[in-house]
Amino acid sequence: MRYFTTVLFGAAITALALSFAPPASAEEIGLDEYDNRISGLVELADEPLADVQLVVEGGGFRVEVVSGDDGRWAVGVPDRGDYTVTLNEETLPTGISVIDPELEQPNVRTIKVGQSGSAVANFFIGQGPRNTTSLFDQIIDRLFNGLNFGLLLALAAIGLSLVFGTTGLSNFAHAELITFGGLMTLLFGVTLGFPVWIAIPVAILLGAGFGWLNDAALWKPLRRKGVGLIPLMIVSIGLSLAVRYTFQLFVGGDTQQLPGATDTTLSVGLFGLSWIDVASMGVSVVVLLGVAYFLLRTRIGKATRAVSDNPALAAASGIDVDRVIRIVWVLSGALAALSGILWAYFRPGVSWDMGFQILLLTFAAVTLGGLGTAFGALIGALVVGLFVEMSTLIIPSDLKYVGALVVLILVLLVRPQGILGRKERIG
Amino acid sequence: MVDWILIFSNAAQEIISPATAAYALAALGLAIHFGFTGLLNFGQAGFMALGAYGYAIATLTFGAPVWAAILTGILAAIVFALILGIPTLRLRADYLAIVTIAAAEIVRLLFTTNTFVEVTGSANGLQGYKGPFEALNPIPPGQYGFGPWVYNEYDWWVRIFGWTLVALAAFITWRLFKSPWGRVIKGIREDEDAVRALGKNVYFYKMQSLVIGGVFGALAGMIFILPRAVVPSNYQTSLTFFIYAILLLGGAATVFGPIIGSVIFWVLLSFFSGFIARAVEVGWLPFLSNIQAGQLRFILVGVAIMLIVIFRPQGIFGNKKELAFVK
Repeated sequence: MRYFTTVLFGAAITALALSFAPPASAEEIGLDEYDNRISGLVELADEPLADVQLVVEGGGFRVEVVSGDDGRWAVGVPDRGDYTVTLNEETLPTGISVIDPELEQPNVRTIKVGQSGSAVANFFIGQGPRNTTSLFDQIIDRLFNGLNFGLLLALAAIGLSLVFGTTGLSNFAHAELITFGGLMTLLFGVTLGFPVWIAIPVAILLGAGFGWLNDAALWKPLRRKGVGLIPLMIVSIGLSLAVRYTFQLFVGGDTQQLPGATDTTLSVGLFGLSWIDVASMGVSVVVLLGVAYFLLRTRIGKATRAVSDNPALAAASGIDVDRVIRIVWVLSGALAALSGILWAYFRPGVSWDMGFQILLLTFAAVTLGGLGTAFGALIGALVVGLFVEMSTLIIPSDLKYVGALVVLILVLLVRPQGILGRKERIG
Repeated sequence: MVDWILIFSNAAQEIISPATAAYALAALGLAIHFGFTGLLNFGQAGFMALGAYGYAIATLTFGAPVWAAILTGILAAIVFALILGIPTLRLRADYLAIVTIAAAEIVRLLFTTNTFVEVTGSANGLQGYKGPFEALNPIPPGQYGFGPWVYNEYDWWVRIFGWTLVALAAFITWRLFKSPWGRVIKGIREDEDAVRALGKNVYFYKMQSLVIGGVFGALAGMIFILPRAVVPSNYQTSLTFFIYAILLLGGAATVFGPIIGSVIFWVLLSFFSGFIARAVEVGWLPFLSNIQAGQLRFILVGVAIMLIVIFRPQGIFGNKKELAFVK
């Protein structure tokens, strides 16, 4: 899937780069800024090829580079870990392409930057047909990617929205609940070597526990103390900073892979999907249906919605508001952990700030759907996910989050209560 | 042996460093937004980025003189404030928070993308814009100063320029909030509806506050880049959070709080990271590596934000009666 995706990114970028974006002129990018580097030499039959465009991408980082007159290029990369290097075949001389009969996509290589901090990516270049993907396949691929991303975002957004609905807290530390899920799966699945089917449930359970701990150790005492909503929000920012860098203290700045995340043998053979993507979407849908059933049909779910609507009235009707909030935090922690695990497979990779990377999109999803409405968060997340992925057909992929954030601002302009939010005075 | 003198002199240098001045000015802008008006602006990093890039791009791409470059940064900040304010100032406070944080990220991503690499320098950022500013320097070349504060003529020129701006901004802020205009602004923070009932155009006042604080942020961005290069990764959301930490430390609804807060923040940060790094080298903290030691300070900032908000929400210099938090 990642192989495919990268090619498509490359293709989309190329189309744009050719139309209006000036290509990067440097042959060395970011070497001073980052400690790790990926470099290579583009040559055809020992003759260097200049001005060939390469895209290096991985762990949320992306950079374009062009080979110099001697055919050499080098980029600095922030973390150790896996990167994909895509050679843009459009920039090769006519009749020349990347050839490697072993690979389905020979112009894309996955490179591991290991302990040495540097890696080399070279391509077999010769005469042969280009590797292209039709626009239709691109659209289908982006569609599934967007759906997958939107669903995993929805898991995180619903938790955030439920917490906001029941307690009024805009929890910036929700990102760390997401990261926690990925990190715990890494701990049990890789470091301790348990099989994945044990590691993931354990991580979700621990995530639920982490959510409970958040409430019990910090938010409940602060509610008791009667701290206002905006101070609470700033406390959550402080918590987010402290927890995020504590994660980094333990796991370092590297991106690490969960078992099977970069296994290319798991392809379904259709639309560039892998079985991991299918499983990820399946799990998301089942869990989201479960949450919907919980909210609509169970007693405690109804109580949750009642507290969300009017805490004082709910308390007066005999609902134990503190218990409901506790359950919401546990649920929110578990959903965020699951979301983090799926996000780790989607990116792919686990890193200390992976949750923070999608925090804004999660907030965008919640606001877009309507603050505090659980189903609004679901719809908002799907809109954001699809928009982020589909927009890369038109805009450069390093601007894909910009599109989603602009949509957020535009929606707030015309419909400040969000898609499913009730119309009320929010001025 | 731990070189205490080096640690202390490094920390002492931060008292007048340009970064301290820049953060103080940005925090002062945020004090106008958050402390005095009650606007939850989480996009101060965006204003700083616009100031920095406005100055650098005007100088490099258009060859503008210093005054025009500064004006460009200020104009960019004003336009940004208007774009942010028009849709959100009528809405509840948390909407402004989400929109400003999103807008600041949009600004950063637009400066980071490869699409505009010729103008913005993409992820590498920009440098080489110091020439015109250096040419204005009246100080003859040489080393000046005493104790830990010995710098060359350019470093002194940046410091003098930066702190003069901070002093001017502080004076303007102090005058503003002694004026009838300032009393209306504070009234909006306390009770928007009451001010509206008095016939004031609340929306308009909020917009003015957003613009003034944003311009301070843009000027802060310019001071920040004068001794170094413009790098887009400096303008992440965490930058806004650090400015909030400074503001809350000093006192949100005060004029001198943000300045003293910035000095305390940078001196403590320098002292702490210097001390931890040496302690790791000497082997006092065997469980930490040097890289990990660098992260401890961010954890400390996070914990400090939480503790201040919970236990001393008015900050060091704030007045308990004038609580800075809107309801």
